[in-house]
Amino acid sequence: MRNWQKYIGIILPLLVVAALMLYPTVTGKAAARETAFTILKAIALASSLNILLGYTGYVSFGHIVFFGFGGYVGFYLFSAQGLSLWVCILAGGFSSGLLAFLLGKAILRLRGAYFALATIGVNEAMRAFINNFDLFGGPTGITLNFKAYLAYGGAAKALEMAFYVVGGLAILAIILSYIIRTSKFGLGLLAIRENEDAAEVMGVFAPDAKTWAYVLSAIIPGMIGVLFFFKNGNVEPHDAFPLHASIELLVMVMLGGQGTVLGPILGAFAYQGMRGYLVTSDFFKDIQLSVSGALLLIIVLFIPAGAVGWLRQRFPILRRVLA
Amino acid sequence: MTLLLQVQGVTKRFGGLQALTQVTFDLPKGQILGLIGPNGAGKTTLFNTINGVYHPEEGRILFQGKDVTNKMPYHLAKMGMARTHQIVRPLNELSVRENVMVGACFGHENQSLGKAAKIADEVLEFVGISSRTDQLAGSLNVAQKKRLEMARALASHPHLLLLDEVLAGLNPSEIDGMIQMVLDIRAQGITIIMIEHLMKAVMNVSDRIFVLDYGEQIAEGSPNEIANHPKVIEAYLGDPKLAEQLMEDD
Amino acid sequence: MQQISLLLASLPDGILLGFVYGVAAMGLTLIWGVMNVINLSHGPIISLGMFGTYLIFIKMGINPYLGLFIIAPVGLLLGVLIYTVAVHRVINAPHLSSLLATFSVNMIIIGLGTAAFTTSPFNVDFNMGSVTLGPTTLLGTRLIAALAAVIATGSLYLFLYRTRPGKYIRAVANNRAAAELMGIPSSRILALSFGLGTMLAAISGALIATFFPFSILSGGGYELKSFVIGVLGGLGNPVGALVGGLVLGVLEAIIPAFLETSWVPVIEFGLFILVLLVRPKGLFGAKQ
Repeated sequence: MRNWQKYIGIILPLLVVAALMLYPTVTGKAAARETAFTILKAIALASSLNILLGYTGYVSFGHIVFFGFGGYVGFYLFSAQGLSLWVCILAGGFSSGLLAFLLGKAILRLRGAYFALATIGVNEAMRAFINNFDLFGGPTGITLNFKAYLAYGGAAKALEMAFYVVGGLAILAIILSYIIRTSKFGLGLLAIRENEDAAEVMGVFAPDAKTWAYVLSAIIPGMIGVLFFFKNGNVEPHDAFPLHASIELLVMVMLGGQGTVLGPILGAFAYQGMRGYLVTSDFFKDIQLSVSGALLLIIVLFIPAGAVGWLRQRFPILRRVLA
Repeated sequence: MTLLLQVQGVTKRFGGLQALTQVTFDLPKGQILGLIGPNGAGKTTLFNTINGVYHPEEGRILFQGKDVTNKMPYHLAKMGMARTHQIVRPLNELSVRENVMVGACFGHENQSLGKAAKIADEVLEFVGISSRTDQLAGSLNVAQKKRLEMARALASHPHLLLLDEVLAGLNPSEIDGMIQMVLDIRAQGITIIMIEHLMKAVMNVSDRIFVLDYGEQIAEGSPNEIANHPKVIEAYLGDPKLAEQLMEDD
Repeated sequence: MQQISLLLASLPDGILLGFVYGVAAMGLTLIWGVMNVINLSHGPIISLGMFGTYLIFIKMGINPYLGLFIIAPVGLLLGVLIYTVAVHRVINAPHLSSLLATFSVNMIIIGLGTAAFTTSPFNVDFNMGSVTLGPTTLLGTRLIAALAAVIATGSLYLFLYRTRPGKYIRAVANNRAAAELMGIPSSRILALSFGLGTMLAAISGALIATFFPFSILSGGGYELKSFVIGVLGGLGNPVGALVGGLVLGVLEAIIPAFLETSWVPVIEFGLFILVLLVRPKGLFGAKQ
């Protein structure tokens, strides 16, 4: 197999991201940048979730908690402590990773549905906690003083910069996903997904492997959270921990095909695209959630492996290519 | 004669049920030990206890001289123990090759992905399913899955191999093939404990036999000794007089 | 002293509320116990029950408690429908599939509900007077709801243990394959069980509507409470569900006496996760 074919699994996703980043420049519309931003954010989040869900087989219904928690920490440091945005983004990622590490020790020993319920519980508890946490502004959250944007060239320039950063984070997420997928660590995760007990008998240190998968899946969402709240200029508890967003992430991963690098990217792209259309269409606006729900149901009932997964099953040749 | 495995006074309870009582034996390197007993005797439980899936309430287990009584299965794999399961556990959505690579990567040799792939191809050739290398493990038939299970265990180049009813569900020619494979494995220097129901096979292959009934060891010795052991006959047939009659009619 | 009297005042109310929580949770744990499926559309169905009472009382002028006799069968049929369309196909698939399938039903209901009712709060002002016992004032609506909850529990128990369909349900819950071999039509029984679960959810929603204002999103909060109760009492255990409900009701009454009310969800979830870790089978053990 020629070299470049081997790498399609990562080249394609990167091309998608590159296309998205060029899209606003090409069309010249500000709205296009908003759309591209949302899709890039979704790609980064979905790829990260995939590490836990697709590779390790642990279904997290509350993954958005890392976006919210890391985002809050980083945003707080930025607005209240005046640290540089870059430091804050890193801090956000680090604190989410730390949260995942501690949480993982507690809940990763749960299997299947119990784990899923626990993740919902964690998200809701975190939201309720932050709601009461005065340091982070309690129910009113934190609002940025617009002067903070001056250090970045003013509000408009800051938004433009944020766009490139989210693109960078999406690329980072894809690269991370690819490295894990093609590594020995990744093989261990896949073994855990297929049969955790058998994997342990073969020598996979499941508890450690799962913890690291959880941590790695949490870092980028944390970083994205900081960036997102920076761009919006404020954060409130219910913005930061929206449960339905977690589920939408799940839909994206499953739509495209969990367990592959390319799958979540296609899924994010398709789902956000569909959502964008629904939200602007008068008829569908209100029942947008219903349409997403119906779509999820169809996927679950008829193509549980998602688009890319289905392709891999039908055309084994593609298996080495579509990592 | 180095002792690879020492099981000393192992007792395992599940609530009120005593699954294993004071099981004790030594296993020298290079031996094939046959583990037999009626259904429910505790054979697989014993495997699970040796393998770290269960931990005994009493007793000790020494592997290569080290106390492994409370270790987890992955620790034991890293020390060179491998096993197959009675009900096979293929990693369905992974290819046959990937399945075997897991064994090589995470066993005591800790191979890299590249080396593991080569080992996988060799082992798959040895067990005879190399034509299926790129197929998804879930698509194999039962006999092929059993070979895959064996290949996975072998890929780690273990010191000790625990085989749990590898002959179950095979037809006579497949059985002969599998028996030969077991002997070839021993020839590579691997020590084996075999749980088996097929009397003829296990008697012919084993150096020594160990008999469990209701969690207790009732006999231990060479195949000949075991075949004529009254307690063994009683355990399997229930009535020693009937056994005598059957043997006389032979 | 003020703490104690606050406590005494709110405790009975919490207990009464706990009965209703118990019924809600029972709907969830019944389905879990019989077919190993966690119904993530539980919340929206509770909301639908709430709106059922609204429509029946406000729009049609029928007494909400009589309205229960309409809401119950509708809830049952809805459950059978959901089972047939969304759950049946994935009943034997890994857990993730049924979780996602029921969650997609959740999304569908919320979406349609939002379109129909928006997310503004609705109110059913139904006054049944009140009874004062010392420091406590018990609202009539609460008392009747608790009574209805007890009746519902009793009926469920009788149904499961004294009728033939109930026996079939317990058989299928115990061992589906064996039940099928004995000629029990397991798919129909599963559909019935799912319907019973949603019926209980709808009933609990209908009762809650007489207490507080609500919107299409309110059910979610009670769904989460049902998870906590289910895990406390043991998923699959109806008696455990009732006791768990009472525990939760009492906790909710007691905690505000010492902490701000907004800490209640945090404590509930802390408890939830703690029980999941320490005794995932629940305090009473799973399944009958």
